[in-house]
Amino acid sequence: MKRRARLAGLLALPMLWLIGIYIFSLVMLLVTAFWKIDSFTGKVSPGFTLQNFQQLFINPSYLTTSLRTLGIALAVTAISIVVSVPLGIFMAKVASPWLRGLLAASITLPLWAGYLVKVLAMRVTFTEDGFVNWLLAPLGASGPGFGPLTVIITLTYLWLPYMAVPVYTAIRQLPPNLFDASADLGAGAWRTIGAVVLPLIRPAIIAGSIFTFSLSLGDYLVAKFVGKSTQMIGSVIAANITLNPPIAAAFALVPIAFVVIYLVGVQRTGALERM
Amino acid sequence: MRKKILTVSAMAAVAALAFSGCSSTEEPASGGGGDGVKIDAPDLPIQEKLGDYEGEVNIVAWAGYVEDAWTEKFTADTGCVVNRRVAGTSDEMVQLVRTGDYDLLSASGDASLRLIAGGDVQPLNLDLIPHFGDDIAEGIKQQTYDWINGKTYGIPLGRGANILQYDSSVVTETPTSWDITWETDSPYAGKVIAYDAPIYIADAALYLMAHEPDLGIKNPYALDEDQLAAAIDLLKKQNGIVSEYWSDASAQITSFTGGTSVVGTSWEVLRKFTEDDKFKGVVPEEGATGWADAWMMAAKSKNPNCAYAWMDYASSPEVDGAIAMNFGMAPANTAFCDLNDEAKAHCDDYHAKDEAYFKNVWFWTTPVETCLDGRTDVTCTNFQQWTDAWLTVKG
Repeated sequence: MKRRARLAGLLALPMLWLIGIYIFSLVMLLVTAFWKIDSFTGKVSPGFTLQNFQQLFINPSYLTTSLRTLGIALAVTAISIVVSVPLGIFMAKVASPWLRGLLAASITLPLWAGYLVKVLAMRVTFTEDGFVNWLLAPLGASGPGFGPLTVIITLTYLWLPYMAVPVYTAIRQLPPNLFDASADLGAGAWRTIGAVVLPLIRPAIIAGSIFTFSLSLGDYLVAKFVGKSTQMIGSVIAANITLNPPIAAAFALVPIAFVVIYLVGVQRTGALERM
Repeated sequence: MRKKILTVSAMAAVAALAFSGCSSTEEPASGGGGDGVKIDAPDLPIQEKLGDYEGEVNIVAWAGYVEDAWTEKFTADTGCVVNRRVAGTSDEMVQLVRTGDYDLLSASGDASLRLIAGGDVQPLNLDLIPHFGDDIAEGIKQQTYDWINGKTYGIPLGRGANILQYDSSVVTETPTSWDITWETDSPYAGKVIAYDAPIYIADAALYLMAHEPDLGIKNPYALDEDQLAAAIDLLKKQNGIVSEYWSDASAQITSFTGGTSVVGTSWEVLRKFTEDDKFKGVVPEEGATGWADAWMMAAKSKNPNCAYAWMDYASSPEVDGAIAMNFGMAPANTAFCDLNDEAKAHCDDYHAKDEAYFKNVWFWTTPVETCLDGRTDVTCTNFQQWTDAWLTVKG
């Protein structure tokens, strides 16, 4: 009895924060999705209407924007995995200790700079007279300029540490005798990576992918600064939040739905249990 | 268990889809036509006379409008401490004023109608603002957006046009028309910059006014559904030749200086900040959209006397001119132009007394169902519809 009371006491404050502040404010925001807005004054009044959700289906931009954002988020996740896994294997198994330390510091170095600073730096880099074009000019090529590709590149640059660090940590924790056993059984390096390493670090990859996926899903400042006219879910919500909060709230349910579906899918693979 | 959750969610989704078919439509809130613009606005009392100064005034303003250089003298004279909050968009300003924490705002035309109809700003007593008088430029005095139902809701600050800015090293001949920013065969396709806000639809409508007169557009803010659809089509075509859309001032400047854009819509102040003379600005033959800002007073202002004192102080030639010079626009109070040579040069640069120049400039105003061009046979589209339509431009 006493233990329960102590447990309850310990959990009280975090639960208050989680439910009282975090979840409650989210629910309040989402409730406005059902409210009415006066089309002239722009004032929001409590009520119940499904017109906002109706608008999500009527205006084709909402669907195309959602699909585009989903595509960008998946692309960023895929690229992050493709970069992080070889990098993690190299750092954990091949690199010398000082190189390992240097690479570890380099990966986490961008985290020291502010988000907006990094986005603006990428903007200046990809601008017409910027670094990328200057670099590729002798080869006769030119950079992608601004557009969805640059958005993907910038988002990968921003979120790579969140994928690379868990993956590297997981690979480092793999018992070295597994590699010996695999070699004894006749597997080459690539076979070992594919059959032994990848299945074992899957939970880490999934943990990292949750970050890269959901952070990219909600981002809009990157699209604003390097995206030319790329419209993402966040851009639409940001554009609507002052002019039409109910529809912004209704549209906010879309990324929530995507992430919930993603997590349910991940849970079905059982990866979350083994994290 | 999992199957049950999936089934329940699937049924909920189907139910939501089914119900979305049977929701009600909104009733328009504004009143009918008549001369000028009459809208349903709450009847708020006007202050009769000035009382004692309260000691502080809280102002929401655009960057550069409320600066220490002129607030210090104001505080010394009246004892009212000026607390300033800078806002980035009209929509931000509207929201801030609605909190009730502010006394004044420097409203642009696309915010004022919403605030007036919502009962968020109060009508003003011009007797309490002696500096608002004969020297105020004619073109600013009574605009549809601040002379509603026969009352004054705003004290003019200044005005400017959204100019066509171009890189003269690339665009070697001075452009005479906006067509290089709209037509798909423009020689600068791919390097045109456009404004990232629904109010930019008015620029498309302005172009159509001159180039497709059959549409019958008389006022770029008074668009019925067909005219709005035509403007959106033009914007979609433009989307193919655009380099990017701007809403952030520094991003726009880097777009020009970085070479990403060579031509597009801009403000005089941004052209000045490129700090490169090769960027020039012009108002083409079709005219331009623009903005005219005015001080408005919150309905629930806690410091009304200091607020009136500020409006009077800011309307004086020296202060209005200082604000206009800082921001780079034409001052409302033309008496400023006669103060000294520097002032005269500024007024000439920004066409302060040139009413002919501003005849072609359509100031930002909120599109409403009551057609601003006076038509009573159709319902015009309102700003919500513009916002919804704007989303389809970028796809």
